[in-house]
Amino acid sequence: MGRPIRFLLDGEVRELSDIDPTLTVLNLLRYHLRRTGTKEGCAEGDCGACTVVLGEEVEDFVRFRAVNACILFAPMLDGRALFTVESLAREGALHPVQQALVEQHGSQCGFCTPGFVMSLYARQRDSRPWHTSSLKDELAGNLCRCTGYGPILAAAESMGPDPHADEIYALNRALHAIQPTESLTIEHKGRRYFAPRTADEFAELVEANPDAIILAGGTDVGLWVTKQQRVLPTIISLNEVREFKLMTGKDFTRFGAAVRYDDAHWLLEKHHHPEFGELLRRVGGRQVRNLGTICGNIANGSPIGDMPPALIAAGATLVLRKGSIRREMPLEDYFLAYGKQDRLRGEFVEAVIVPKIPQGRIFKLSKLSKRFDQDISAVCLGFSVGVEADRVTDARIAFGGMAATPKRATACEAALTGQPWTHETVEAAAIALAQDFTPLSDMRASAAYRLEAAQNMIRRAFLESGGVARVLDAEAVAYG
Amino acid sequence: MADSGAAARLLPVLHAPIGHDSAPRHVSGEALYIDDIPEPPGLLHLYVGQATRAHARVTKLDLAAVRAAPGVVAVLTPADVPGKNDISPFAGDDPLFATDTVKFMGQALFCVAAETLPKARAAAALAVVEYEDLPLLLTAEAAVAAGSFIEASQSIILGDARAAIAAAPLSLSGHLQVGGQEHFYLEGQVALVVPGEGVDLHVWTSTQHPTETQHILARVLDCADVDITVEVRRMGGGFGGKETQSVQWAAMAALTARLTRRPAKIRLDRDDDMVMTGKRHDFEIDWELGFDGDGKLHGAAFEFASRCGFSADLSHAINDRAMFHADNAYALQTAEIVSHRGRTNTVSNTAFRGFGGPQGMMAIERALDAVALSLGKDPLDVRLANLYGVSGDLTPYEQVVTDSVALELMTELEASSDYRARRAAIVAWNADNDHLKRGIALTPVKFGISFTTTFLNQAGALVHIYTDGSIHLNHGGTEMGQGLNIKIAQVAADAFQVPLASVKITSTRTDKVPNTSATAASSGSDLNGMAALNACEMIKDRLAEWASETYGQTPVYTPDGVRLGAELLSFRDFVNQAYVARVSLSAAGFYKTPDIHYDRTTHKGRPFYYYAYGAACSEVVIDTLTGENKVTRVDILHDVGRSLNPAIDLGQIEGGFIQGMGWLTTEELVFDDKGALRTHAPSTYKIPTAGDRPEVMNIAVWAPGENRENTIHRSKAVGEPPLMLAISVFSALTDAVASVGAHKVMPNLDAPATPERILAACNDVRRRAADA
Repeated sequence: MGRPIRFLLDGEVRELSDIDPTLTVLNLLRYHLRRTGTKEGCAEGDCGACTVVLGEEVEDFVRFRAVNACILFAPMLDGRALFTVESLAREGALHPVQQALVEQHGSQCGFCTPGFVMSLYARQRDSRPWHTSSLKDELAGNLCRCTGYGPILAAAESMGPDPHADEIYALNRALHAIQPTESLTIEHKGRRYFAPRTADEFAELVEANPDAIILAGGTDVGLWVTKQQRVLPTIISLNEVREFKLMTGKDFTRFGAAVRYDDAHWLLEKHHHPEFGELLRRVGGRQVRNLGTICGNIANGSPIGDMPPALIAAGATLVLRKGSIRREMPLEDYFLAYGKQDRLRGEFVEAVIVPKIPQGRIFKLSKLSKRFDQDISAVCLGFSVGVEADRVTDARIAFGGMAATPKRATACEAALTGQPWTHETVEAAAIALAQDFTPLSDMRASAAYRLEAAQNMIRRAFLESGGVARVLDAEAVAYG
Repeated sequence: MADSGAAARLLPVLHAPIGHDSAPRHVSGEALYIDDIPEPPGLLHLYVGQATRAHARVTKLDLAAVRAAPGVVAVLTPADVPGKNDISPFAGDDPLFATDTVKFMGQALFCVAAETLPKARAAAALAVVEYEDLPLLLTAEAAVAAGSFIEASQSIILGDARAAIAAAPLSLSGHLQVGGQEHFYLEGQVALVVPGEGVDLHVWTSTQHPTETQHILARVLDCADVDITVEVRRMGGGFGGKETQSVQWAAMAALTARLTRRPAKIRLDRDDDMVMTGKRHDFEIDWELGFDGDGKLHGAAFEFASRCGFSADLSHAINDRAMFHADNAYALQTAEIVSHRGRTNTVSNTAFRGFGGPQGMMAIERALDAVALSLGKDPLDVRLANLYGVSGDLTPYEQVVTDSVALELMTELEASSDYRARRAAIVAWNADNDHLKRGIALTPVKFGISFTTTFLNQAGALVHIYTDGSIHLNHGGTEMGQGLNIKIAQVAADAFQVPLASVKITSTRTDKVPNTSATAASSGSDLNGMAALNACEMIKDRLAEWASETYGQTPVYTPDGVRLGAELLSFRDFVNQAYVARVSLSAAGFYKTPDIHYDRTTHKGRPFYYYAYGAACSEVVIDTLTGENKVTRVDILHDVGRSLNPAIDLGQIEGGFIQGMGWLTTEELVFDDKGALRTHAPSTYKIPTAGDRPEVMNIAVWAPGENRENTIHRSKAVGEPPLMLAISVFSALTDAVASVGAHKVMPNLDAPATPERILAACNDVRRRAADA
């Protein structure tokens, strides 16, 4: 038996020993700690009723993040501070976030309300200076079926400052005091959970336990437990490995395996290309982006992951590691077939290296889904074309949702390469797409729509390069 | 002028924008939902074994491994039901557990009770079930073709519509599909049952219909109604999805508690909830209109076919209401409205905000858009020309519309939304833009208020005044977030002129107010408000009689206390004196809606006490290459009579609109060819998020509103009507698609208008406009 899981709840140290490593934080709260303010709405991270806030020590200060407790495994609390809806009111006085929701009539049935409270609380406490996302982006991970959101947005705009802001120093100290120095190992009824703290230790564990499930943000793995009732005998978490959290590089960025969407968002949008902005805003909800990782989205090999098409178009390289041996490959080569990736037993995705998009290149990312926010794409396009003297020098075009894996559109690329950058060329390239893909029909879209829309997304990329707006371009489509 | 001061001080309570009484508990997490109640010792957790075929004979059901699994205490099957194995509201066709034939995928076959939920769930998976497949009917169209119905097709006939259409200068016809809708209440179905003495059971359940739950549980358990007490503090959303569909789960928990003598809880996982509970009916609609060159209607013929699912549930009344609203706010002159109610091998569809009305209205709004396009007119002009009060007042069911304010609402909204100028600007913008297109529409809502099953229009309330002046109020309605309790509390506080804080509304319980109707049909405050007022008036009458004997004065209730001539007593002292004088301070109030009658055999009468009205103007933009779309601005003017609580009513209007917008845009139910629902979680079924809320939303309660009928303080029902304001979004999308073909051809856009459907409609319009 290893050491207990140690975390802060309302600033007080709590320890957990001998727990099922896949016990969710939601069930821990509701059924073990009798904190029933946090609700289960979907148990898959899509509704936000279970939103809680995690405080994490990041370089000597505390980062607050809203996360979905329903798919967060309890061991992931280790070394972190947990806040729930019960944490906010003091001595019967509502917190300003809560008070604003009351005053603006932000609750009707009230079931989603604690989740909104915590999302707004996280926003209030998130002190990052580059924090620029809109309120609607911030709340897109919280579903409300009663209010139509207006009163909640009004509350968010009118809420007063956090009266307990000065407690941050005490929290900082308390959080620092519980930072683990040794790895976490849990054995519970034959199930094992490892959270090593160095990359070498992690690599060794993965090599020694090639059948283990590698856990990053858990926004996919969590559902295996809550939705598929799968028993996961061995889990190796990469969340505590410091090296994996790094983003390094100059003309490129090397995103470590534990880099979360939210961490990468700003860098990708501001330094790589503005097109990453909308795409990243539309990956999951805020809570999912706060946990989910760029590399996890690649490693799990989903045919509809949002990042791979964009990263393939950007010319990303994947870094795989087995023990101490690393190998690199173009990202597109990683995806072999449905559910099959070029990953050896005992090997793991250590990083993805993403070059910056050179000036002058036509780079377009577009995601098509039934709902704009927090939806899984029907079709996702990464489009990158070099144009010199009005002629296409090279093209990297990748799609998600069109095949069993994220895939480059080679016939489409061939139809563009070396040709003049004109309407006619793009038309030929769009038509060529039919040679590249034979998409499937499912609940998200029909095969015919997928192909036609994909062709039109190529056409639209051309139009957009000439300045045509998108539906989501608020200024261009503002009424009147 | 002695009263004017008091009247002015009335305002803080009645007609005031007071917040939801539970709001402080909602935001602090203290509000208790059923799964939050501390679990009683010995609690059993239930999991339901579901059919994996949509229509099949069960040739083998071997539950031995389920029974032997760790932690399992009981496995319930039809053989364990002491009473009737049926949970239907009236038709007798909805078994608690399927017997030898399963009729939809997900139908309950058995139920496992175990020490923990994971154990119950794991055990249920061990069942060995074998099937012999039977032919499938999955769609309304297939059911109609096969003659599979839940009841005979119904018709509402006014005059000779076919002849009128034939004789009219112009005519048009078309077809429209309207999709269903999942309720997606955030709190899933849940019930907790604790056995008491003897055969008594106490049932906490998330239901809109405690009385029916009580009655059906008694029928299942073969006991008396009086043995079952049902209690509802609050629901985490209902929207119609907990009117009948909550009963089955409460019945399973009750059966478990009865058989094991242990408390039992059932809470459906989101996916199970979406698979096993009914939704809004999807409709196939054929329409034909006869009209003249001014766009004035001569006659209308509608043929509806709906997917009811495997059992009747409330489909009779829901489809009736679709027929009642096929006219929306328009005098059709002559009408033939035919409704086919398809019995299919899908989950039994049920009540959902609007109760068939929205589907009915979609028909006429689509048809009027087509009329306008064919005449080259602004659709608003065609709508205005045909309104009740403008071109007639007789509905197809021969109720005379005497209270129409649609013209006033639409005219005011036309001006406040700057509709005409914006339409002109959109036409110009569309001419300059090939890729993105805009559209705009302004549509009305007229919604009939009353249960169309007349006897349901009754309610009870119980008021106790304690000797310290605090008031306990209980009524038959249930709180699902709509603010019913605060409205009723306002009524009672106003009646006695006491602070709102003196009135406490407690859980709805069948042992306090019996034989209630569902909290449905937007009737909650109309019915229960009047019943509560009646109870207050009964007590006030007794107090008046005593006061006149004792003081020789009629008591006047004021915010300062009770005035008896020159004397002023605090309310507390006043009621305490009455108590000492042995005056009963408790009363059971009652209300029944007057003046309504309806003959279902002829579909004629006055089913509705009054109508609620509203109008909305929506503007959209679509991407003609992908079908992506966005609602950019919405203006709403809605009539709630003299609002009991404008804050609560605004919440209903805005929330209803966004829910309706979801129904018509992003929310798509997909069943595969085996009858499996493929969109059974929020990952695949997309209700609106904050990001979908239009950037500009101007919502107003219509200031002059006042109910002409004697409803509770002249207010109007508000729960359902605003949902149908969202039809303006669908019409605006249709308008945007039509612009692809320069409004030469009418788009064939079905609902929900997903990107895929919009792109298909754009392509179709392009092709046909090129041919035209």
